[in-house]
Amino acid sequence: MAVALETINLVKRFSGIVASNNVSLQIAKGARHALIGPNGAGKTTLINLLTGVQRPTGGRILLDGEDITGLSTHERVRLGIVRTFQINQLFNDLTPLETIGLAVSERRGQGLDWWRIVGSRPDLVAEVVEILERFHLADVIDKRTAVLPYGKQRLLEIALAIACRPRLLLLDEPAAGVPEDERHEILAAVAALPADVTVLLIEHDMDIVFSFADRISVLVNGALFVEGSPEEVARDPRVKAVYLGEEVADA
Amino acid sequence: MLPPPIAIRVATEWLAARARWQPLEVAFWIVAFAAIWLFPDRHLILTEITWLGLFALSLDLILGYAGIISLGHAAFFGLGAYAAALLAKYEIINEPVLALLVAGLAAMALGFVTSFLVLRGSDLTRLMVTLGVALLLRELANRLGWLTGGADGLQGVSIKPVLGMFRFDMFGHTGYAYSLTVLFILFLIARRLVNSPFGLSLMSVKGNPLRASAIGISVDARLIAIYTVAAGFAGIAGALLAQTTSFASLEVFSFDRSADLLLVLIIGGAGYLYGGLIGAIIFKFMQDYLSALTPQYWPFWIGLVLVVIVLVGRDRITSWTAPFRRIASHLNWRALARHVAASSSERR
Amino acid sequence: MLTILFDGIAYGMLLFVLASGLAVTLGLMNFINLAHGSFAMAGGYVTVILVNRLGIPFFASLPLAFLASAAIGFLFERTLYAHVYKKSHLDQVLFTIGLVFMSVAATDYVMGSSQVFVQIPKFLQGQFEIYGIGIGRYRLLIIVLCGLLMVALQFILANTRFGSRLRAAVDDSRVARGLGINVNWVFALTFAFGSGLAGLGGALGAEILGLDPTFPLKFMIYFLIVVTVGGTSSITGPFLASLLLGIGDVAGKYYVPTLGSFVIYTIMIVVLIWRPQGLFSRAASR
Repeated sequence: MAVALETINLVKRFSGIVASNNVSLQIAKGARHALIGPNGAGKTTLINLLTGVQRPTGGRILLDGEDITGLSTHERVRLGIVRTFQINQLFNDLTPLETIGLAVSERRGQGLDWWRIVGSRPDLVAEVVEILERFHLADVIDKRTAVLPYGKQRLLEIALAIACRPRLLLLDEPAAGVPEDERHEILAAVAALPADVTVLLIEHDMDIVFSFADRISVLVNGALFVEGSPEEVARDPRVKAVYLGEEVADA
Repeated sequence: MLPPPIAIRVATEWLAARARWQPLEVAFWIVAFAAIWLFPDRHLILTEITWLGLFALSLDLILGYAGIISLGHAAFFGLGAYAAALLAKYEIINEPVLALLVAGLAAMALGFVTSFLVLRGSDLTRLMVTLGVALLLRELANRLGWLTGGADGLQGVSIKPVLGMFRFDMFGHTGYAYSLTVLFILFLIARRLVNSPFGLSLMSVKGNPLRASAIGISVDARLIAIYTVAAGFAGIAGALLAQTTSFASLEVFSFDRSADLLLVLIIGGAGYLYGGLIGAIIFKFMQDYLSALTPQYWPFWIGLVLVVIVLVGRDRITSWTAPFRRIASHLNWRALARHVAASSSERR
Repeated sequence: MLTILFDGIAYGMLLFVLASGLAVTLGLMNFINLAHGSFAMAGGYVTVILVNRLGIPFFASLPLAFLASAAIGFLFERTLYAHVYKKSHLDQVLFTIGLVFMSVAATDYVMGSSQVFVQIPKFLQGQFEIYGIGIGRYRLLIIVLCGLLMVALQFILANTRFGSRLRAAVDDSRVARGLGINVNWVFALTFAFGSGLAGLGGALGAEILGLDPTFPLKFMIYFLIVVTVGGTSSITGPFLASLLLGIGDVAGKYYVPTLGSFVIYTIMIVVLIWRPQGLFSRAASR
């Protein structure tokens, strides 16, 4: 099994709280790997550590065997690790056309070009339009992101990550907050991701997890609790106890 | 599968319209240049408006496009002014345009060095640091009186003819034509810059620096770059002041200058390049008028204008300048929308 | 040398009283109030009028200066500042700079542009010597008064109901509201109190710092240094920063007069590069 991403004893402490507790995770190339766990288990912290938004207190992160622990966020993006955010992080004053255009031109190394007018490269525009159409955003390319309906914004959130041509895509609850009738578009977009892109998915919705993932890791209190195929995890009584325990508390 | 040519054409047209010269823009510059012949008796104040506009344009680059609040932009302005004045006084560089460029480079160097200070910290920290640098320079200029003339200012500066041909006169004719040309050239550069992929990345950094870095943009590098460029523009503006008045004094570094500059940019509106120019026009005429009324207390009215603008709301104040904005005109939008709607319904 | 230290401490404690209100407003409402110096100036001029023109005793005019500035602060807070809290930092900067300009020009108009002095009582003038250290009487008074104020502030913050409400509102105003704390009232009172302290500082400082209509502009940077270097999450932070600044400025001007304020600005920039959130504050989340 070729390993796309590996963490070795990853630890993150915040003044007393251990948000990530010796997490050693291996994600296979091309995998559809899901990360689940109760609220506050440290899933988003882990994503932040993987993407460089936060520095680990200890441990290492390896991408295709190379140590990337010291790299900044944008350097990791250049190496192919791209994420989406649980709460949309978009450019509210830009249109989808400009947003995706920005990502594509950055990826192509034209980010420092200060002379050329945006949109004067036909092949770049073609690629941008293709991505927008793939994510059902063709009818809103010229609208300010701030005025788009939430479902469209969520699609843009994912399209933006895809425009960076990731090798490893980290999706933080892609369907979160999306109304029921717009969810299928999101899920179809996620399912249609190219097979050579490794995907790590954080989700609460078990239907999505079990239909999408080929491997599941369960995170509880910042530590890896159980790992295995969907069938193994679904059958595991400890997992049920962790989740059922939570449901009983809710009731 | 390739998207249909119509969709690509629509997108290309929208992006082109985004950067296209609007009729009002063209008219603006025609009037500005025509003023060389039409209003010869107003050339002195027009020259002031010109370098002030350039100064405000430089602030727009960092404030309106990159979101950096600076209370010390006068640092670069002042350095450019003193550089140009000193180069002329000691006859190190006799040709004004060359001296202008050197002064601009000096300011750019200072901008580059100090840019690292504005990368980290909150808005307040940035404010402090930028203010501190400007005050530091003022103090330095004060102490180095043997070089700068101290509190009396730098005397005995005489500027040679521009390109060896156009002598500076006391009515400001050469001064205005010279300053306006410099402003126009730098404006063209700025215009290309903000409409480029680099400019777009700046807007993304201003809007959401977290996401900008999450799509591979090195936020720090971009901010350093634009801060340096803006410093250069400000330095050239200062050099224009020195060259057109043959004088430089400590107050080029003063807090008042940085504060007035904020007002100039805010009056015109930040984020679309013309705000600084329009603001400079309004500010100078306002200053002219108010100083005639109450020479000693006109800062009171400036302060009042600032307070009112903020209370009323900056957006509401600048909405009247919407025609000047570089966004595609209303006509294009409607045609575009029809195109897009037609093409996407066609594909379903 | 110890005289320098003494003078520096006096200067520092004065700066602390002047800047403490700003620290609280910034920490409490995340509001950058560049016009803080105007309230100090108001207190100074009130004292000048009371003592020089109306013959009121110096010590009686100090609390009056406090009250006057507090009243002005309260008025301005309710009528003007309250509308600007939610606006961007840029708007706050523009707004308060506008207020500074207005206050400077208005004071110039009403009181004239020359520097004014307070007629301090005879027994406070001059100095006496202890072990060869020159102790200025007025400066000693400042140290004593400001020290008492500092202790009182710490006490109020830590041990009273108002103090705990204030600390709650600083930590999280939404939750504080949810607990029934009248956050607006807390803001208004705190702002008034901070302005009053500034006024008191202005009254005390007129003699040492020099009072003229450009006071808010001249000292703006000092207050800001205290607040940014000292941080806003405690009283001790700004206190230590003020002492550092006071001693540094006095010592700098004495030992290296050619550089003047250069030293202070450089130290400030260096500190802010090294620790952007201030020397003494908790890691800021803002």
